Amino acid sequence: MNFISKDLLKRNETLVAVVIALFCIIATIADPRFFSITTVSDLLRASIVIGILAVGAMVVLVSGGIDVSFTAIAVFAMYSSSVLFLSINPDASWPMIFCVSIAFGAFLGAINGVLIALIGLPTLIVTLGTLSVFRGFLLTFIGSQRISDLPPSMRDFSRGVIARGTTEAGNFYSIPWSVLALLFVIVLTWVILQKTMLGRSIYAIGGSVESARRIGINVKWTQFFVYVYVGALAGLAGIIYGSVGRMADPFSLVGLELSVIAAVVLGGARLIGGYGTITGTLLGVALIVIVQNSLIVIGIPTTWQSVTIGLLILIGTGLPAYRAKKVAKNAG
Amino acid sequence: MHENNPAPLVELRSVTKKYSGVTALEAVDFSVRPGEAVCLAGENGSGKSTLIKIISGVEPASGGSIFFNGNEYPKITPRLAASMGVMVIFQDFSLFPNLSVAENIAFGSLLSSELKVFDRSKTVLIAQKALDQIGVDIDLETRVENLSVAQKQLVAVCRALASKARLIIMDEPTTALTQKEVRRLQDIIQMLKLNGVAVIFVSHKLSEVLEVSEKVFVLRNGKKVAEGPASDFDTTKLTYHMTGKDVSLSDPGSLSKDAATLMEVSSLTKHGAFADINFNLRAGEVLGITGLLGSGRTSVAKAIFGLVEPDSGSIRVDGEKLELGDPQKSAAAGIGYVPEDRLTEGLFLTQSIMRNVAIGRLDSHTSGYILNIVSLLDEAQSWLKKLSVKAPNVDAPVQSLSGGNQQRVALARWLARSPRILILNGPSVGVDVGSKAEIHEIIRTLSASGIGILVISDDLPELLSTCHRILVMRDGSIIDSFDRNNVNEGDLAQRLAS
Repeated sequence: MNFISKDLLKRNETLVAVVIALFCIIATIADPRFFSITTVSDLLRASIVIGILAVGAMVVLVSGGIDVSFTAIAVFAMYSSSVLFLSINPDASWPMIFCVSIAFGAFLGAINGVLIALIGLPTLIVTLGTLSVFRGFLLTFIGSQRISDLPPSMRDFSRGVIARGTTEAGNFYSIPWSVLALLFVIVLTWVILQKTMLGRSIYAIGGSVESARRIGINVKWTQFFVYVYVGALAGLAGIIYGSVGRMADPFSLVGLELSVIAAVVLGGARLIGGYGTITGTLLGVALIVIVQNSLIVIGIPTTWQSVTIGLLILIGTGLPAYRAKKVAKNAG
Repeated sequence: MHENNPAPLVELRSVTKKYSGVTALEAVDFSVRPGEAVCLAGENGSGKSTLIKIISGVEPASGGSIFFNGNEYPKITPRLAASMGVMVIFQDFSLFPNLSVAENIAFGSLLSSELKVFDRSKTVLIAQKALDQIGVDIDLETRVENLSVAQKQLVAVCRALASKARLIIMDEPTTALTQKEVRRLQDIIQMLKLNGVAVIFVSHKLSEVLEVSEKVFVLRNGKKVAEGPASDFDTTKLTYHMTGKDVSLSDPGSLSKDAATLMEVSSLTKHGAFADINFNLRAGEVLGITGLLGSGRTSVAKAIFGLVEPDSGSIRVDGEKLELGDPQKSAAAGIGYVPEDRLTEGLFLTQSIMRNVAIGRLDSHTSGYILNIVSLLDEAQSWLKKLSVKAPNVDAPVQSLSGGNQQRVALARWLARSPRILILNGPSVGVDVGSKAEIHEIIRTLSASGIGILVISDDLPELLSTCHRILVMRDGSIIDSFDRNNVNEGDLAQRLAS
C-alpha cells in the first residue's frame, strides 16, 4: 500500500489520527503526566481484546457483510473452554486452552458461515439471531456462574510480560504477552487480505458480489471462510479476556459489539462493503479506547463517554458522506 | 474476410432454446470467425440475450449443436466457454469499484492461474500488457469507482484481453458513451480485430453497428430474419428487419407562429457547470439541447427542474418568476423532469408499475390526510393505457419491464400531473428501435397538445425527428442554435465535435 497518496487528506484514517493527536495534546496540557509510557501501556492493554475483535469485524465489513454475534462467540468460546479444561484437565498448558477456545470460536463462526454463505440468508439477521442463540445456549446449558479459579496456566499467561518497569515518577508500567497476540492477528490478517487471492476475493465480493460470481470467484467458500475466521478471532479474544481478567464471566463482553463496529467504521470501513484497512481499524480502536479511558483527563466526566463516541461516529463517518454528497450535487 | 478462411471460433447449428414452453430461440444458425466483428441486432425480447447466454454457457440450449474451433461440445458451462476464450462484457461491466484498475484487469487471469498468493507486481504487469494491447493509458492504481463510464468500459475490455479472450461479446457497449467515446471504442474494436480477437456487438444504435461490424445478424421473435455483410444494410433496412415494419424517420411537424412563450430562461449561470444560458420555450414547441457528455446539458436540465441550484439568472414560467433550486416549486409551476438514469433517479424499481405512476399524484387524491386510493389507481391505469405500456400486470415491479416500457412508466407519472413543460433527459437511452419510434410519437402528440418539451440528448437522429429547434452546448455555454429545417445530421455532428 502506498502511504502517501493524493486522497490522504480525505481519508477517515487521517481524520481519526488527527483527532487522536489533538486529544493527546489537549490531555498533556491538562495533565502533563498523561504523556507517559504508563498511559501508553494502560491504553495498549485496554486495546487488545477490542483490537482483535475489531480486526475480525473489519474483515466481515470488507466482505460486504456485518457480524454482531462475535461477542457472543467470544464469551461462549472463553467460558466453555474454561469449563471444559477445569473438568477434564485443569493443568493443561495455556496454548492448549487457547487453541480449544479458538476452535470453539471457529465452529460457531462456521454456523454463521453455513447460514450466510451456503443458505444465503442476510448477514445482519443471521448474526442477530445467532448472537442471541449462542448466548442463551451458553447460559442455559453450560453455565451462568462466574468462575474465578481458572486453570493456573491461564493465570500464568496473564502474568507474562514482554517488558515492565517503573518510570522516574514512580509509576508502574508493563507490556503483557497478550500484545503479541494482537500483533500476530494484525500480521496474519494483513497477509491474508493483501497477499493472498483469498484476501483479494474478500475485497472483490465486498465491491460487487455479482461481478465476483461472474469472474469465477468462489463466493460461497470465501464468505464461509470470513465467518469462520471472525469466529476464530473471537475465540482468541474471548480467552485472552478471560485470562487477563482472571475470571470466566458468562455475562461479559456481549454488548461490546457496537463499540467494536463503531471503531471499525470510524477507521474508514464502509457498511456497504469493499472498503476497510487494518491501519484505519487500529486507529479507530485507539480512538474509542482513549475516549473510554482518558476522557476524564481532559475534564470531561465519564458519563459523557457514549455521547462522545456517538458524536465521533456521526462526525467521522458523516463528514465524508456529506462531502461526497455535495460533490455529487455540484457535479450536477 | 481472411484468406485461408479459418474455422469458426464459435458455431451454432439449429440451436433452439425453450423456457418453460416459451420458445426464445428457434433453430438459429450462427457463427463467428477469428478477427471478425459481428453485430447482433434485434429488439428487446428478440432472443439476443438468450443467444449470448448460450454461447457463454450461462444457459444450456434445448436443442441443436454448438462447436468451438470446429469441435462439437454437448454441454457448455461458463468455465468451458471461458477456457475457449469467450468473454462477455455486460452492460454494467461487472467491475469492482473498490479495487484498482490493475486488479480489475488482472483478477480473472490471476484466478485462472490458480495461484493462492497474490502478487501485486505481476498484477500490474498483466494489466499494463492488456492496456498496451489496445493502446490506451489509464492510471493502474486508480480505483475503478473514480473512472468515467468510457474508461470503465476500456478496463472491462482489457480484463477480457488479460484473460486471453478470443471472442469478446459486448452487450450494448455504447449506451452510456458520447459520440466521441463511441469513435474511440470503434478504433479499439478495429485493434482487437487486428489481434485476431472476434467481437460480437449487441447494440440498438444502428449507425454504429454498421460502421464497426463486417457481418450483421438480425433476430426477431427468436428467429433469424436477416444475415449478411454489413455493407448490404443501411439503417432503414436494419430497422425494417428488426421491427418487421417500416419505421421511417419522421419530422416534428410545424409549430404555429403565434404560439405563446411558456418559459424564459435568462442568464442562468452555475459556476463550473454552465454560464449565461438564455432561451425561450413556446407552447407546443419541442426544443432540443445537445452537447457532449460534460457539456453542461444535463446540469441545465436539472437546474430548470430545481435539482441543481444556479448561482445567478432567472427562469420565468408564464411570466412568473420561478424560485430556483427547489424541485417541489418547479413541479408546482408545471414542470416535469424525466431523468436520464431512470434506474437510479426516476423509478422505484421494486415497486409496482401502478404505484410508480400513482406516486406523483398523491396530493391531488388526498382529502384531509386520507388517501383516496381507488381514484388514484384508476387515474394511473388510464395513463398506462394511453401510453400503451406493455405490462402483463400493473402490480408487477417496474424492473420486470423492458427499457422502453420503463421509460413510458416514467413519462406516465409526469403526464398524470398534466405538466405544462416537460424535460426529457435521454428519452430513448437503452430503448429499442421500435419503442423509440413510439416514444418519439408520444413526444409529438404531447407537443401538439400544447406542452412545451425540452429534449436533452446526444442522439442526433432523435433530435432531428422530434425537435423544432436545437441548441448545441459546449463547455457550459450555448454555442449554436439551429432551426430544425435548416440543419442536417452532418452539420450537427460537426458542431458537436469541433
